[in-house]
Amino acid sequence: MASVALSEAEKVYIVHGVQEDLRVDGRGCEDYRCVQVETDVVSNTSGSARVRLGHTDILVGVKAEMGTPKLEKPNEGYLEFFVDCSASATPEFEGRGGDDLGTEIANTLYRIFNNKSSIDLKSLCISPREHCWALYVDVLLLECGGNLFDAISIAVKAALFNTRIPRVRVLEDEEGLKDIELSDDPYDCIQLSVENVPCIVTLCKIGYRHVVDATLQEEACSLASLLVSVTSKGVVTCVRKVGKGSLDPESIFEMLETGKRVGKVLHTSLQSILHKEESLGPKRQKVGFLG
Amino acid sequence: MAVEMRLPVARKPLSETLGRESKKHLVVPGDTITTDTGFMRGHGTYMGEEKLIASVAGSVERVNKLICVKALKTRYNGEVGDIVVGRITERRRSAEDELAMRGFLQEGDLISAEVQAVFSDGAISLHTRSLKYGKLGQGVLVQVSPSLVKRQKTHFHDLPCGASVILGNNGFIWVYPTPEHKEDDAGGFIANLEPVSLGDREVISRLRNCIVSLATQRMMLYDTSILYCYEASLQHQIKDILKPEIMEEIVMETRQRLLEQEG
Repeated sequence: MASVALSEAEKVYIVHGVQEDLRVDGRGCEDYRCVQVETDVVSNTSGSARVRLGHTDILVGVKAEMGTPKLEKPNEGYLEFFVDCSASATPEFEGRGGDDLGTEIANTLYRIFNNKSSIDLKSLCISPREHCWALYVDVLLLECGGNLFDAISIAVKAALFNTRIPRVRVLEDEEGLKDIELSDDPYDCIQLSVENVPCIVTLCKIGYRHVVDATLQEEACSLASLLVSVTSKGVVTCVRKVGKGSLDPESIFEMLETGKRVGKVLHTSLQSILHKEESLGPKRQKVGFLG
Repeated sequence: MAVEMRLPVARKPLSETLGRESKKHLVVPGDTITTDTGFMRGHGTYMGEEKLIASVAGSVERVNKLICVKALKTRYNGEVGDIVVGRITERRRSAEDELAMRGFLQEGDLISAEVQAVFSDGAISLHTRSLKYGKLGQGVLVQVSPSLVKRQKTHFHDLPCGASVILGNNGFIWVYPTPEHKEDDAGGFIANLEPVSLGDREVISRLRNCIVSLATQRMMLYDTSILYCYEASLQHQIKDILKPEIMEEIVMETRQRLLEQEG
């Protein structure tokens, strides 16, 4: 993870501030920085989203391709995650420096989606054992400003919301050969339901309290963090501890409760902004990267 | 607990919001500024065949017969006498250094210093030969572009709102609680790690957000502009200052007050 050097006095200042619920930028321990979400930014993908959370900038693209179902799950499609830490995010990512972090994030994404209810994989099946939709989710880290996991999970959810998979029909002729027919209308698509797609809430332990949405400086003061993946209904799908410090079992319980509470509010805001953007229709002014 | 999400809004060019009729003359490296040879060349320009060409990207400034190009965004170029705030990243690993300095300054510490000399390759040597320079204690660092820090007589300010600020010419701005009594013996090496009171923290956080807003809107940073921005922000909550529409409102008010004060 990108790290920033801090002096002892600066760390002491940050830790004392968190104890009094007044962080360096005036936020409380459970406040997020302002999030900017925009979908449909990359034209040659099935769905895409860009999320800016403070100085963190994430771009996610989803491509739907035809594939063969996995042997152990013949009636389902699947998701593949790939995370690229671009060298322009921070100099530490130059060359192969970002590979470790990229694999860690991708593995976390696999874990949070590894359950039956997050995404309806059966709807991605075209014909059992033969054809299915494979969704390749590519995450690009453009800038690193703290709280990567949260921003990435928000962007993945927004991109999946924006994904449009073409409607196909399987035609069987007399000899039993199957042919796949694509609809002529380019707008005839199926949309995925992202009701149960989880989002990650990272809780960093600083001193005796924990904070949500830590900046790079706050992450440098925290020795242990908990990543909680929560759905919109408050169901926890995955919990992971990161960092070299230790966590008390009681504080883990408190952090889980905070994660669930904050996660539900996060989902409500995200759903409302995505619906608002969709209601603006295809004629909306796209800001993109040069706005 | 607040989670606010919004759709991005395209940035408006500043000249529209200000209603300025005369647009700045912007140039990029290689652009011809003028073919009139009667002008003196200033910073950011060079003489090509019979014409004055810009060497940096910025706006053309003309003072009588001197033409220079003021770059919009630059790396810091040191001048003798500048005050800088810097972080120690690496140090000499010799035996004498270990004995003398380890106790006082560690890697990662922040110090304030003055530029003593500038070498031809751009390297700078600093000195802390005064008790007002030295190691910095508790506070908040804000990093902005060096071109936004106005050159003034003094860069150490004790603001009336209850905190102090050091405006480093290199773009590093240090906001810290005003020390109660002027310690004229320690020079900062004995760090004060006592918790800062909540009132002081609020002032420091508000100042930090104001400085970030001014820097985002490309306003020059000096004690008056920061103070006016602080006063304009008092009606809002500290964490709301960074919201785009409130930031614009506060900076607009600051700009107006500064114009009134000048004119």
